[in-house]
Amino acid sequence: MPRRTDIQTILILGSGPIVIGQAAEFDYSGTQALKALRAAGYRLVVVNSNSATIMTDPELSDAVYIDPLTVEFVEQIIATERPDALLPTLGGQTALNLAVGLVEAGVLERYGVELIGAPLEAIHRAENRQQFKEMMLSIGLDVPRSQQVDTLRDAVLAAEEIGYPLVVRPCFTLGGVGGGIVFNVKELEQLVARGLRESPTSTVLVEESVIGWKEFELEVMRDRADNVVIVCSIENVDPMGVHTGDSVTVAPAQTLTDREYQQMRDAAQAILRAIGVETGGSNIQFAVCPETGRLVVIEMNPRVSRSSALASKATGYPIAKVAALLAVGYSLDEIPNAITEQTTAAFEPALDYVVVKLPRFQLEKFPGTPPGLTSQMKSVGEVMAIGRTFKEALGKALRSLELDATPKLDFERIRTYLATPTPERLAYVFAAFRAGMPLDEVRALTKIDRWFLGELAQFVGLESRIVATSVADLSADLLHNLKTWGFSDVEIGERVGCSGREVRMRREKLEVCSVFKMVDTCAAEFTAATPYFYSTYAGTENEAKPLSDPKVLILGSGPNRIGQGIEFDYANVRAAWALQEAGYRVIMVNSNPETVSTDYDTADRLYFEPLTIEDVLPIVRHEKPIGVITGFGGQTPLKLARGLVEEGVPLLGTQLDKIELAEDREQFGSLLRELGLKAPPYGMARTAEESLDVAARLGYPILVRPSYILGGRAVEIADTPEELRRLMEEALRISSGHPVFIDRFLEDAIEIDVDVLSDGTDVWVAGLMEQIEEAGIHSGDSACVLPAVSLADGTLEQIEHAAASLVRGLEAIGLINIQMAVKGRELFIIEANPRASRTVPFVSKTIGIPLAKLAARILIGDSLREMLATHCPYPTRSGPCTAEDLEQAHDAGAVLPTPRPLFSSVKEVVLPFGRFPGSDVLRGPEMRSTGEVMSFGRTFPEAFAKAQIAAGDPLPTQGTVLVSLADHDKREGVPLIAQLKDWGFRIVATGNTARMLQSMGIPTESIAKVGEGRPDVVDLITQGKVHLVINTPSAGLIRDPAPAPFVPTSTEDRGLHLPIHGERSSGFRMRIAALENHVPYMTNLLSLRAAVAAIRSQLSGPFSVERLGDRMA
Amino acid sequence: MNPATSVPTEHRTAPIGVEPTEPAPAALLVLEDGTVFEGRSAGCPGEVFGEVVFNTSMTGYQEVLTDPSYRGQIVAMTYPEIGIYGINHDDVESEKIQVAGFAVHHAIAKPSSHRATGSLVEYLFEREITTIENIDTRALVRHLRSRGAMRGAISCLDLDPVSLRARVLEHPSLVGRDLAGEVTTAGPVKADGLPQAMRRIVLVDGGSKAGISRALVKHAASPIDLIRVRYDARLGEILALAPNGVIISNGPGDPAPLAATIELVRGLLGRGIPLAGICLGHQILGLALGGSTYKMQFGHRGSNHPVIHMETGRVMITAQNHGFAIDPTSLGIAWAPLDNAFTAAKADLLNTTVSSPSTETMADRLPKTPLVGNSPMGFGSVEVTCLSLNDGTVEGLRLLDRPALSVQFHPEASPGPHDAAGFFADFLAMVEADHA
Repeated sequence: MPRRTDIQTILILGSGPIVIGQAAEFDYSGTQALKALRAAGYRLVVVNSNSATIMTDPELSDAVYIDPLTVEFVEQIIATERPDALLPTLGGQTALNLAVGLVEAGVLERYGVELIGAPLEAIHRAENRQQFKEMMLSIGLDVPRSQQVDTLRDAVLAAEEIGYPLVVRPCFTLGGVGGGIVFNVKELEQLVARGLRESPTSTVLVEESVIGWKEFELEVMRDRADNVVIVCSIENVDPMGVHTGDSVTVAPAQTLTDREYQQMRDAAQAILRAIGVETGGSNIQFAVCPETGRLVVIEMNPRVSRSSALASKATGYPIAKVAALLAVGYSLDEIPNAITEQTTAAFEPALDYVVVKLPRFQLEKFPGTPPGLTSQMKSVGEVMAIGRTFKEALGKALRSLELDATPKLDFERIRTYLATPTPERLAYVFAAFRAGMPLDEVRALTKIDRWFLGELAQFVGLESRIVATSVADLSADLLHNLKTWGFSDVEIGERVGCSGREVRMRREKLEVCSVFKMVDTCAAEFTAATPYFYSTYAGTENEAKPLSDPKVLILGSGPNRIGQGIEFDYANVRAAWALQEAGYRVIMVNSNPETVSTDYDTADRLYFEPLTIEDVLPIVRHEKPIGVITGFGGQTPLKLARGLVEEGVPLLGTQLDKIELAEDREQFGSLLRELGLKAPPYGMARTAEESLDVAARLGYPILVRPSYILGGRAVEIADTPEELRRLMEEALRISSGHPVFIDRFLEDAIEIDVDVLSDGTDVWVAGLMEQIEEAGIHSGDSACVLPAVSLADGTLEQIEHAAASLVRGLEAIGLINIQMAVKGRELFIIEANPRASRTVPFVSKTIGIPLAKLAARILIGDSLREMLATHCPYPTRSGPCTAEDLEQAHDAGAVLPTPRPLFSSVKEVVLPFGRFPGSDVLRGPEMRSTGEVMSFGRTFPEAFAKAQIAAGDPLPTQGTVLVSLADHDKREGVPLIAQLKDWGFRIVATGNTARMLQSMGIPTESIAKVGEGRPDVVDLITQGKVHLVINTPSAGLIRDPAPAPFVPTSTEDRGLHLPIHGERSSGFRMRIAALENHVPYMTNLLSLRAAVAAIRSQLSGPFSVERLGDRMA
Repeated sequence: MNPATSVPTEHRTAPIGVEPTEPAPAALLVLEDGTVFEGRSAGCPGEVFGEVVFNTSMTGYQEVLTDPSYRGQIVAMTYPEIGIYGINHDDVESEKIQVAGFAVHHAIAKPSSHRATGSLVEYLFEREITTIENIDTRALVRHLRSRGAMRGAISCLDLDPVSLRARVLEHPSLVGRDLAGEVTTAGPVKADGLPQAMRRIVLVDGGSKAGISRALVKHAASPIDLIRVRYDARLGEILALAPNGVIISNGPGDPAPLAATIELVRGLLGRGIPLAGICLGHQILGLALGGSTYKMQFGHRGSNHPVIHMETGRVMITAQNHGFAIDPTSLGIAWAPLDNAFTAAKADLLNTTVSSPSTETMADRLPKTPLVGNSPMGFGSVEVTCLSLNDGTVEGLRLLDRPALSVQFHPEASPGPHDAAGFFADFLAMVEADHA
């Protein structure tokens, strides 16, 4: 069955902004699909609102639209591009839901577009839980007993019939949003009420609990000839009850006999056929009763999923690529296995290693939210590690996590924490074994399979055998044993009181070293062509023959975290491709299975390894690249720079002393003084007492910043000495030995984000962005606009010159990101990071010049000016910039002209507060957003309005605005409210605000604050009577104090923890209510101003879609 | 063989903590070309000789251990963690462990499964199976993949590689050996008459897996009377049983020396009795037709072998375990498998087929017309029904003029996928058609 020739143009939907449950894996799948379909000769059109993706780069397809993923916008795109087919199965749940929306709105029929990959009926059968369950029963498979309900009353009745505990699952939501486990009727009612709201179809499934059962997943492929293969089996170490995205998982399945596995395999085939997934990848989840072996089907996804990304990286089988090719008519046996090049995709990978995936959590960023893990996903990223045994893979995965600090454990309640899954569960299991708790007891509490527990217990047993008093006493045998079991050098060092480096030297002396093995899909049965490697100590033969020269090694960015997301993978991938184009062999090292960088064919060679010195060094020594690139993958590789340089490894780009100069607040401060640049007044403190002295000198409010941190971790603003003392404790813990930096907080300043390139000769400010939130809000959490809207040309020039002199002063090479603030006429430098920033893809796509590519070429000696000349002419403030202009600027020693797009481009962030009930939704100096969207517009208001739509919170054009303004915001706020009133909005406000608005002549209705009578603001929001919430909190950026830490007291606590605390303020509860009811909310004046302008822009007519690149041409 | 006391024999119920503090005895795996792997004993610390082969199944080690087809072989498992779910009474393919020796990366002493009745390490120990663990099994596989399956030994007694290798060379290779005789059923069986409605199937046992009987019974529409006979049973003995169909089972080693079985099949074909061959039985059918077999580079052993059904174009993922294969050209079929051993032996014949660039897959090379040849022994036309999608090995045959078919893979799976179970239905349909 060859490729279909009746279709020429295919529309591919992306998954939108990175959110919890839908992350970088869909850039990987989209990119793989684009590459495969393009090679097959199709014309491709891509729609995705997420600009930080490789899949939206113009080189990969024929037309890219960075527009909101809504039926209205996609219909316009379809009308323009007239695709023959729509492929929705590679863009996650977002794309699948959008495809259903397009079919139901008649769009596909209207324009004659065929849905390929999964037919609508199959999507419905898989997604409608009731239909799915009935289908399973009809083909003789077992499912947990359940009922689908659409009212609270029916839910209670169903629960009585099935019995507690129960699982509540809202239909059609992403990553299990709104779902959970309930143990009694009270919890049931809470969760069902919320689930009915979250579910697009207002239906919820109430289901028999299989909590504690073993959990498995199969990744399945089917082609149009009805050939079915199982690509990978995955077993969850955490039993049923914890979302699979939050579980420790292992591939292949470990504890199934062949009979049990084949029973599952048969079931998977039957399910695929019954659901009618014609082609492509699906993922099916099973639960197995550990005592009886009873097998029940949990769910299926008729699309590529997070697990497919993991399965692809675990096996080397490119699921997304194959799925895309199957969708256009190929059959499995017609697609070559790209790894072996001789066999075909019609086979099942055989693994001869063990793969462990660990989730990466950041619950500490959401104080107030309970840390318990449930069927609703909370992790923000994941790592994967490969070893020859479970122990080795787990050990490698643990160090891949790059945890900021050792988790604090509550040893008093160890039993409770074993029974209550939290992000620290593994640590508690280890602690239990260290304390001598019998395996059976740990098993009874955790329900984790005893084989896994036995392995964990063995770690503890071996650890206790490290009795060496000095590193020189460590024997080769013991070291070898420790290393094959995945112990890191640092961990071993901690036991004997020395550094990881000393352990490594001892090891090397005793020749306890790792070898590299290949991931080849076939357990070495065939010669493999694609070089994808992992290290192991459990082996003697090294299979990785070093690549030929010249070659460069790029360090990846590790697990996705808030503050270090897909943007850095984007920069690394673009760097890899740029260097390949320049004739270099590129070696990639990374531990994140969700990414494009860890795809088997992105670099010339992939080492799937933890990003630590002990893991990276052997690769560098083996491959001997001309240098290592640490500047593109965010903070993770930058942290390794020192360790590498100490071992004599050359860095490409900004040199170590300059990296450290930029990181060291004191040195950086003196550099700024030398250059005549200003920083906010600052000081350093190593203790809480010192910090109080510094603060007294600087004056409050002040900003507390730990050193060497990511995403503003634990950066806080203190208004009072008491607060400062409290914040310092956490800051000191996080910055582990480094002093804490304290600076005067600039109130009412405009923050500027600048991306700069330099080759050491010329400096070019590529992107000069204005943040739409005021200074004090982390730049990663702030919407921003390019070009800046509220700065005079003089200020822009001042910024460019400051950036250039700073870059020259730092001797930075490649990409540098600088944060500045403008207060009145003064310009302050907040910080400079000599590395790629998270705005690199945003700027690249706005100005149409690929920054990461240019930066990578700079590192191998290419001239910035010459490369830039190939992109001339580009628009600037003073007209088009030509190659001659560049030469002139160069000769004059001036900065190369900064691009100024002829349109407006807005980046808006997406915040995960909905996942973390109990935490406040205010933005602050600690970054908490998971992803972002990008929008183009003729004007800033238009782009901003589109960005709000893309982010999923469209601004209203009519309805009711609920206003609560802080006193100091009232003067500027009132005219904005007046405008809304003029456009026909109904204005409702609380006490003082209402009186003040009325006194200014704005007709305003009054509403009670929480605690001041009913109905109150929260009632109004909950009833759906509010369409926009404006709440600027009275205490500036200060959040409500976090409630007391969560302490699970019994297993019942695993259920719901909704934030219902009387002591939280009215404003807090109002914001939470807005969040939960999907009402857009504005919490500061800058964003309010932007929103009001955007609403006006929306009122003046519909928006158009924008093909990337059209505006620049 | 003397069980050493230091071998780990912990029970499932024993407290789990540290691994055994006393290291297991050292063990060596030596190949006939002098390659040496140093490891530790994980079963009974003895010494064994055999052909060293590898299996890529990730599950089903107990089925592999008890599969009579592994007679005379030291089996290395490519999956590194072996023994996690222990052993049980059901997942056996014969009443004892059949492999000569076992080589794994990590043998697990403490299993976890509701089905487990014991641990793998204990099982190997009690059944006196010499096992080596803690070796770089992947390096071993890569070696065998490029140099071919070869003789070898595991020893915990002789740790001198030179002397051990010398003794490896003294042991005979598999080629030309009658291994089926060591694993066939005991003696002929007498049978009574059958009710009219019942069908009698005779299983000629050259080392049959229990799975074949299980699958036959499972796929039969009505109860069948299944009788096992020795692999060297006389035609007369079988005719006396008045079978409605005969199955030639799988079995170990080289099919060529099994003259009695080959002769038996010729007799059955001559009588037109519905006949099926599985694995060794498939090769014997090929030999009975007058074809020949060859020893493959390293064979097919695993649960993930794609096989394309020529008529429908459907791909089945199959379980396989064979080191020999039918030479299609010997049956007048213009087809050359990609297997290195074959191409080396038949280089001169390759001009009859497509010689492919290395990036071409089997799918690109698949013939557009049916592959049909002729039996040199006069049994008429023979058609290739299935080909390996990996290397083009003949995976299935069918006679066009007589009721006979065969497959190289294991439709009974165990271990492995059930994709090919339709073979039993096809055979039983053939039996019914003959009866009608």
